[in-house]
Amino acid sequence: MNDSFLLDGEDIPFTPGQTVMQAAAAAGKYIPHLCWHPDFAAHGSCKLCTVKIGGRFATSCTVRAAAGQEVENRTEELDAKRRTLLQLLFVEGNHFCPSCEKSGDCALQATAYEMGMLTPHFDHFYPDRPVDASHPDVLLDFNRCILCELCVRASRDVDGKNVFALAGRGTRSHLVVNSDTGRLADTDFAATDRAAAVCPVGVILKKRVGFAVPIGLRTYDRKPISAGMGADDKAGAGIGEAG
Amino acid sequence: MATAELEDILERHRRDPLQLLQILIELQARDGWLAPATLGALADALGMPRARVESTASFYSFLHTRPAGEYRILFSDNITDRMLGNQALMQALCDKLWLQPGKVSEDGLVSVATTSCTGMCDQGPALLANGRTVTRLTPERIDEMAHLIRRRVPVGDWPPEWFHVEDNIRRRDVLLDHGLAPGAALAAALERGPTGLLSEIERSALRGRGGAGFGSDIKWRSCRDAWGDAHYVICNADEGEPGTFKDRVLLSSYFDLVVDGMCIAGMAIGANKGFIYLRGEYRYLLDRLETRLAQRREQGLLGRNILGRGFTFDIEIHLGAGAYICGEESALIESLEGKPGKPRIRPPFPVTNGYRGQPTTVNNVETLALAALIAVHGGEWFRAIGTPASTGTKLLSVSGDVARPGIYEFPFGVSVTEVLEAAGARDTQAVTSAGAAGHCLAADEFGRRIAFEDVATGGSIMVFDASRDMFEVARNFAHFFAHESCGFCTPCRVGTAVNARLLDKLAADHGSPYDLDEIAKMHRLMQGASHCGLGNTATIAIDDMLAKFRPAFERRLHSPDYEPAFDLDAALSQARRMTGRDDAGAHLGDNHEALAEARPHAQGAHSSADPVSAKDLQP
Repeated sequence: MNDSFLLDGEDIPFTPGQTVMQAAAAAGKYIPHLCWHPDFAAHGSCKLCTVKIGGRFATSCTVRAAAGQEVENRTEELDAKRRTLLQLLFVEGNHFCPSCEKSGDCALQATAYEMGMLTPHFDHFYPDRPVDASHPDVLLDFNRCILCELCVRASRDVDGKNVFALAGRGTRSHLVVNSDTGRLADTDFAATDRAAAVCPVGVILKKRVGFAVPIGLRTYDRKPISAGMGADDKAGAGIGEAG
Repeated sequence: MATAELEDILERHRRDPLQLLQILIELQARDGWLAPATLGALADALGMPRARVESTASFYSFLHTRPAGEYRILFSDNITDRMLGNQALMQALCDKLWLQPGKVSEDGLVSVATTSCTGMCDQGPALLANGRTVTRLTPERIDEMAHLIRRRVPVGDWPPEWFHVEDNIRRRDVLLDHGLAPGAALAAALERGPTGLLSEIERSALRGRGGAGFGSDIKWRSCRDAWGDAHYVICNADEGEPGTFKDRVLLSSYFDLVVDGMCIAGMAIGANKGFIYLRGEYRYLLDRLETRLAQRREQGLLGRNILGRGFTFDIEIHLGAGAYICGEESALIESLEGKPGKPRIRPPFPVTNGYRGQPTTVNNVETLALAALIAVHGGEWFRAIGTPASTGTKLLSVSGDVARPGIYEFPFGVSVTEVLEAAGARDTQAVTSAGAAGHCLAADEFGRRIAFEDVATGGSIMVFDASRDMFEVARNFAHFFAHESCGFCTPCRVGTAVNARLLDKLAADHGSPYDLDEIAKMHRLMQGASHCGLGNTATIAIDDMLAKFRPAFERRLHSPDYEPAFDLDAALSQARRMTGRDDAGAHLGDNHEALAEARPHAQGAHSSADPVSAKDLQP
C-alpha cells in the first residue's frame, strides 16, 4: 500500500479502487453513515457521509480515494449538516425511540447521539404507515423506514429473492414487498434471510425475541457508534446487525 | 384487459423488461389506470419481480395505480398558469362537476387535479385531458368541458380548436431561419466525416443548451473514444423546466433539423441507434413525429444506408410520464431503461456507461439542431455569433407579464433589458432567468447579459410585473420541487418538503423571522449535499427572492418572535364538532381572544403596506 490521503489531517492508506469510506473504515476511522454497509454496493442516498474534499462537498461512500486528497470529515460544519439531515429523517417518519424494540441497537438513534442531535427541530410529518404483521416470524414496521435500501440490496444481491423494493416518489417514497397482496406473508421471505438482519433501524424485526438484550446493555449503550469502526463494521458484521 | 391485447403490446415491445415504462404508458392509456392484476400479469410476462413493476408504476405522475376516473383532468400549475387564472378555472370545473380537487367523483367518471408546467406558458392557462393538451382555457371552455364530460363525449371528439398549439415565434435568427432542406445538414456532415465534423464542432465552441453548458465536442469525443458494444445518441426532449417551451417548437416545426442533428451525432460518436425521450406532456406530438421518421426512412434520410453512403442510424421515440427529474441525463437513461427516474451515482458518466451500460451521449434538442447548422456552415461561422465564451444563438421561451409571449432567438450576449423590450414587458419587477431552478433577477440587474459567463439559462424566462407577489412565486416553486424530487437522497427529498411547508406556514399567517432563517438553512444544506442538480438548484430562486424581495416575505410574518405552525384552538375543532359545541368555553379562552385581537392588526398592516396578495395573482 503506497497510496494515502489525509482524513482530518491523519494519513489513511488505500488500495486503488477503494472509496474514501472503504479506506477510512479499513483504517478504523468513523465517517458517519446510514445507507452504507461494507458488504453491499454503495447506495449514496442518506448523505450522512458527506465530506469535503479540497473544499468541495462529496459523498464519501461513492467517491474514489485518490493520493494526496485532503478530506474533511468531523468538522463542526459537516457535523452540523449531518445533524440537520438526521433531524429531517426523524421528522419524515415516525420514530419513537422509547417504545421501539431497536432502541440501543439502532444506527439512526446512535448516529443522532454521536452528532449531538438534541431535538427533531422540524415539524413532524406524521406519515400514515400501517405495519405488516402478516409474516409468522418477522414484523415490518414501516414507520421507521429511512429508505436506505439495505434490505432491497440484501434480498436481491445475497438472498436472490427480491422481496423488497422502493416505490413512489419524493416524500411518498416507501418500501413495498414483492407479493400480489403487498403482504410479507405472501412472499418467500424467511427469518434466516440476510435481508432480515440488515435493517439499520427498527423496520424489520424478528418476532418472539423482543428485548432479549435488556436496554442499557445493547450495542450502542456499551459504546458509541463511532467506536464501532474497524471492529464491528467489518464485512459480514456491519452496524444494524447487533442484537 | 384481455390476454390477447396484453400479448400484442408485449410483442411490440419485444418482451424486453427495459421497455417496462413504455408498456405501462400504453396500458394506462388503454385502461385509464394500472390495476393490481395488470401489474401482476405484466411482472409474470416480463419475468421480473412484481415489486419492481410497482416501483416504476408508482414513480410517474401520469401513471395511476388507483382508479383516476374515465376523464382525468390535470391543470398545468406553473406560476404563469396561476397568473392567468388557472386556480379559479379549476375551482369552477370542480364546482360544475361536484367534486373536490384531487378526488375521483363517486361515480368514477372524472378527477380534477394539478400537474407541473405543461410547457404552454405562452398560451395558458392549459390542462391535460386524458393526456391531451388543451390550451387557452377560458370560463366558457370550462363550462363546455363540464358538459362534454357529463355527457361522456370522448376527449377525441372535443372541439378541435381546443387542442391547437401555436408556435408563437417572435424573433428568428440563424436557427429559426435556417432555410435548409431535410437531410442537407446530414449530407454536409457525411461529406466532412466524423473527424472533420468533430473539428468543426470544436472550432464552433458549441456548448450544451440544456443549461449546464458542457462543451459538445468534449462530450462527443469522450463518447466516441469510450469502448462499448454499441453507442447511443439520446435527444433529451424532456423539457420540464417551468416556463420552457422552445423544444416543443423545435420538435413541432424544425423536426428535420433535429433529426439531422441526431444522425450527425450518431456519425460523430459511432452510433447506429438514437432515442428521443419525449416528455409525456408532449404526447400529442408523437404520431406526427413517428410519421415523419417513417417518411425519412423512405426518403433514405434515416435507417439503413443513409443517403447511399453506407451509414446506418435509426431513431426510436420513448415517452416520459410526468417526472421533471428525467431531464437529468442519468435519470433519463434510467427511465429509458424502464425504471424510476432516479439519477445514477456519477462517475461513471453516460459518455462511458449510459443506456444499457454503453457509451451514450445525451444532448438537448436545441444543441442537436445547432450541430446540424455547424455541419453545414462550419465552426468559424458559428463562433462569430454570440460572445467568445458563449457562441451562437439561444432560444428563449418568454412568458409571464409580457405583451408578446413566445419564442425569441437572440445571439448570446443580449441583455435582459433587450429581451424584455422585444417581448413588450412593462413595469417589470423580476425575471426568473432559468425557470424554477435558476436565479431570479431584480430590476437593477436587467443590464446583465444572457450568456454562460453571466446569466446562464436553459431558455426559461418568466417575467413578473410590479403587481405580482413574489412570495407566491417562491411558494409555487417550492411546491413544484417538493412534488418533483425523486426522493432518492435525504436532503432533497425531505428538504424540499420542509421548504414547501415553511412557505405554507407563512401563507397561513403563522410566520416569523425564524422561518425565513429556516428557509435559508435549507438552501445551505441542499446546496452541495444533494445527489443531483435538482436538489442543488431547487432553492436558488427562492433564496434570491428572499434576498431581493424580502418585503414580500416580511409582510407575511405574524410575529417578530417564534410562532408555531400548530394552531391549538384549530386543533380542537374536531372535538367541537363531535360535541356539537362552539361556545366560548369550547375555545381556548385567552389564546383565542389574543389571536382574534392580533390577527386583524396583522392583516391590516399587511394590506396597508402593500395591497398585493395571493388573490392578485388572478386577473
